[in-house]
Amino acid sequence: MTEPSRQWPLWEVFIRSRNGLDHKHCGSVHAPDAKMALQNARDAYPRRRDGGSIWVVRAEHSVASDPDAKPEMFDPAEDKIYRHPTFYTLPDEVNHM
Amino acid sequence: MTAATQTHPAHLEYVLRLADTSLILGQRLSEWCGHGPVIEEDIALTNIALDLIGQARLLLTHAGALEGRGRDEDQLAFLRREPEFRNLTIVELPNGDFGQTILRNYLVAAWQRELWQALPGSGDAALAAIAAKSLKEARYHVQHASDWVVRLGDGTDESHRRMQAALDLLWPYTAEFFSATPVDEAAAAASVGPAWASLEAAWTGAVTPVLEVATLAMPARTPFLSRGKAGVHSEHLGHLLTGMQHLQRTYPGGTW
Amino acid sequence: MYTQAMDIPSPERDETARGGPRSVREAEYEAEIDAKVARGEFIEAKDWMPEAYRKTLVRQISQHAHSEIVGMLPEGNWITRAPTLKRKAILLAKVQDEGGHGMYLYAAAETLGVARDDLVDALHSGKAKYSSIFNYPTLNWADIGVIGWLVDGAAIMNQIPLCRCSYGPYARAMIRICKEESFHQRQGYDLLLTMMKGTPEQRDLVQDAVNRWWWPALMMFGPHDSASTHSGDSIKWGIKRISNDDLRQKFVDAAVPQARVLGITLPDPALKWNEARGHWDFGPIDWSEFWNVVNGHGQCNRERLADRVQAWEDGAWVREAAMAHAEKQRKRDRLAA
Ligand SMILES: [Fe+2]
Ligand SMILES: [Fe+2]
Repeated sequence: MTEPSRQWPLWEVFIRSRNGLDHKHCGSVHAPDAKMALQNARDAYPRRRDGGSIWVVRAEHSVASDPDAKPEMFDPAEDKIYRHPTFYTLPDEVNHM
Repeated sequence: MTAATQTHPAHLEYVLRLADTSLILGQRLSEWCGHGPVIEEDIALTNIALDLIGQARLLLTHAGALEGRGRDEDQLAFLRREPEFRNLTIVELPNGDFGQTILRNYLVAAWQRELWQALPGSGDAALAAIAAKSLKEARYHVQHASDWVVRLGDGTDESHRRMQAALDLLWPYTAEFFSATPVDEAAAAASVGPAWASLEAAWTGAVTPVLEVATLAMPARTPFLSRGKAGVHSEHLGHLLTGMQHLQRTYPGGTW
Repeated sequence: MYTQAMDIPSPERDETARGGPRSVREAEYEAEIDAKVARGEFIEAKDWMPEAYRKTLVRQISQHAHSEIVGMLPEGNWITRAPTLKRKAILLAKVQDEGGHGMYLYAAAETLGVARDDLVDALHSGKAKYSSIFNYPTLNWADIGVIGWLVDGAAIMNQIPLCRCSYGPYARAMIRICKEESFHQRQGYDLLLTMMKGTPEQRDLVQDAVNRWWWPALMMFGPHDSASTHSGDSIKWGIKRISNDDLRQKFVDAAVPQARVLGITLPDPALKWNEARGHWDFGPIDWSEFWNVVNGHGQCNRERLADRVQAWEDGAWVREAAMAHAEKQRKRDRLAA
């Protein structure tokens, strides 16, 4: 591995293509500082006018859930079917509720 | 051809200066494509080259219309001879290292920004429209290049030394940005656009603090004055055109 | 592009060989991963994965990235000489896209825990391969059109199946890349059509370029399936989905009518429609040439690598200065706070 001082740090790039949508992860860039990370993201990703707003986040600052802990993280939501609208059968007359 | 008969030659000259400056700088920057210091920057420089070539196409097309001899952007770009080019000399100089390239980008973009800002008031509606579009691009070019100038001026001893050398080399060519010429006077009088001398204070006001933050020493003005905008160029333009015009000259009458 | 890259022996290859004792836990995990892939599910960056899978991915994705970056050079050779401003802009945008592709792919490789600088070092030291197609020279302007038509065309055919490959970050990078690729082939073909409408000299240029690029383009799909060394694991893991020969046939079938519309002759006297197979038959590929170029004896192997190394070395002071400034600035900001 290269010593960290030599290589520019990695930044994750999130782009919102237009107002009203979520910022979506679209890739990453290397840059020595935030300003340049933004510029690099601007120059690399929305080259076909698909950009409205950009976030950049130092990759090392993102904290990820442990994939091995997936069962305890996500399975408990599985049997809470009453959270879903389709759980409730209503008379046809009010079916658009 | 009413537009042509109404056109003062100074008007055409004025537009050609802008067109050729964007064209030749775009051509120089395109040499970097694939050779940048890091991919991210390779992509950024190419974006700037694309903006400049886009400007050149609009301006040359407009110049062709003003000239009224039916020449399109490509006939003007590829079939004019060296002394017919009206670009600022600074943009035809070889790229040098990345620092020299980026410093030139900064000096020229800061000048273009002032110019594009002043041109929406032009009596030439087509030119005004091109200026409005180009202003957005120039603002980004200034941002990108000035950040780099500061970064490299301030970065390491080596980068500082290289940037100071680049500034010492390029600075004398910036006098041409503002030297008074009859074309300026006539263009200003016909409200085509500002005399370039009038932009000097704003440009200097913008550039000085950036160079200061970059810890670079601004060289003193010397009597040297380049005259590319009058068609008197450095030795470098001929070589640049040799490559750029190669195909059109070698295969006359081709369709591309 | 460039499934070819994974089918050729490289010094890195031996490391990927399976073997050594595996724990029971690992064996279980591995079975789980294989099952997941078989169900068409994605593996994501932080998921456990067999070491051989990880190494194969790092090799394939980084070689793919190197190919995009080195691939900027042959076309870059004509940017300053493009014959019109429109073509210059198109070519710049196209070559820039390839740089972007390299960047997306390096980023995908980095999710596997390798540093981009290390991958780049492997390219520069000759340890990592890139697609041999870029070791051919671009000798006339029509080469730019033919590269778009045939080389990008072959690349697109190679790449589309990778949009569904089992490794999520790679698949997503490929989706983005394939979207951008869509104009690459069309601009090349459009360039050629325009030249074919020009002077006889221009038509000769096109034919000359086609003559030089046709066979190398066919070689881009890699050795025959019977001679392909890595395909087994790669297909099992869903990082390769269609065989070299099937893709090559698909490519030939698509190119023949396109060549006819263009009005050029493909340099293969054996090209013949085979009614029974429903495909075009084509002549034997000269694999000795292929291996020569792979093994470093093409026209441009040295130049391409030297160009990349020089760009990297010339940029060292820039990259260092940018880091130094960022560090100084952070210190200054801290003092000011
Ligand atoms: Fe690509
Ligand atoms: Fe491509």
